[in-house]
Amino acid sequence: MAKGTVVINQDRCKGCGLCPTVCPQNVIFMADDVLNAKGYHPATLVDLDEQCTGCAICAVICPDVCITVYRETPAKKHAPVLA
Amino acid sequence: MLATLNAPISENSLQVVYEYPESLSPVVTHYCPGCTHGIAHRLLAEALDELGLREKTILVAPVGCSVFAYQYFETDGCEAAHGRAPAMATGLKRVQPDKIVVTYQGDGDLVSIGAAEILHAAARGENITTIFVNNAIYGMTGGQMAPTTLPGQKTTSSPFGRNTTMTGSPIRMSELLANLDGPAYIVRRSLHDVKNIRKAKKAIITALKVQMAGLGFSMVELLSSCPTNWGIQPEKALEWIEDNMVPYFPLGDYKVRDEVNGL
Ligand SMILES: Cc1ncc(C[n+]2csc(CCOP(=O)(O)OP(=O)(O)O)c2C)c(N)n1
Ligand code: SF4
Ligand code: SF4
Ligand code: SF4
Ligand SMILES: [Mg+2]
Repeated sequence: MAKGTVVINQDRCKGCGLCPTVCPQNVIFMADDVLNAKGYHPATLVDLDEQCTGCAICAVICPDVCITVYRETPAKKHAPVLA
Repeated sequence: MLATLNAPISENSLQVVYEYPESLSPVVTHYCPGCTHGIAHRLLAEALDELGLREKTILVAPVGCSVFAYQYFETDGCEAAHGRAPAMATGLKRVQPDKIVVTYQGDGDLVSIGAAEILHAAARGENITTIFVNNAIYGMTGGQMAPTTLPGQKTTSSPFGRNTTMTGSPIRMSELLANLDGPAYIVRRSLHDVKNIRKAKKAIITALKVQMAGLGFSMVELLSSCPTNWGIQPEKALEWIEDNMVPYFPLGDYKVRDEVNGL
C-alpha cells in the first residue's frame, strides 16, 4: 500500500472533530490535552506505525482546509485526487 | 504551529497530493467549527483553480453567514444587498461578459428575500453561476425559520417545530427554477459525506463550464449544515442532512440542457 502522511495546520483547526470520523486508517485524533490560540482542541496525526496512505479523505471533509496531504507514490498527478 | 506527533515528512520522495487552493484567501474564516460553508468555499476555490478562472472571476457575496465570502476568495468580489446577488451579477456579467460571475447565496437570501431576483435571473437565462447553500435555517441572525426549514423542525421562530398549516411547506428551489426555460444547468448535491462532497465539486465544475460556454444560467444547490443553530455537533449535523434534508430535497439533476452533456 502506498504510504503517505498529512500535516495538520493546528493554528487553523477549529476542533470540529470531522476528520477523525472519516480517516479509514484511524490515525487522526483530537488532541484533548492541547489548546490552540483560538481555544480549540486541534486534530493531530498519531501514526507511529506509518499507516496513513495519503488518501486525502480527511482533507475532503475538512471545512477549514487545515490538512496538507503527501503521498509516496501518487496514483495520478496532483489535482485529480479530489476530482 | 503547536507541537505534534506527526510523522516526519522529509524522508523518501513524498509528493503533495492535496494542498490549500490558490483561489482561497489564506485567512481563517469566521464560520463556526464544522460548518459546511467552509467545504462549499473550498470546492468552489478548487473548481476555479482547476479551470484556471481565478483571475477572471467576480464573486457576488450575499447577506447571511457567508456575508464575508468576497474576502475569502482570491478573486474579485463585491457584496450585494440581501437577496440581490443575482441582480448585481446580471449587471456585472452584461457589462463584462468576459468575466466569470458567481453568486454565493444562502437559503434565506435566495429563497426568501431574494426569491424574485433569482427567479427572474433564471427566467432570463442570465449567463451567471449560482452556488446555493441550503442549510434549512437563517444561520447568521440566530437560527430563525427559513422557507426551506423542514416540517416540524425547531428553530428560534418555530420553537414547537415548523407548523405547515400556519407557514406552508418548504420550497424546493431547484425543482421550481428547473421548470423555467431560461436555465441551462440546475442540480442539487449534498455536503454530508466524502462521496457526496466529491460529486458536489464535479457539479460546480460543470456549472462553471456552462457559463464559460455561454449556455446560460447555472445553479448548484448544496445541502449544508448549521451545527450551531441546529444545536448539534458537526458530525451529527452531517447525519441530520442525510436523514432529514435529503429525503425532502432529493439529490439529482433537475435541468441539464443537451449542450451541457457535450462540455
Ligand atoms: C434587508 C435585510 N433584511 C433582513 C436582514 C437580516 N438578515 C441577515 S442574514 C438573514 C438570513 C440569512 O440566512 P441564509 O441566507 O439562509 O444564510 P445563512 O446564514 O444560513 O448561511 C437575514 C434575514 C438583513 N440583513 N437585511
Ligand atoms: S490521508 Fe487518509 S489515511 Fe492519511 S490521515 Fe488522511 S484520511 Fe487518514
Ligand atoms: S476537519 Fe479540519 S477543522 Fe475539523 S478537526 Fe479536522 S483539521 Fe480541524
Ligand atoms: S451559524 Fe450556522 S451557517 Fe452560520 S457559520 Fe455558524 S454553523 Fe455555519
Ligand atoms: Mg441558511
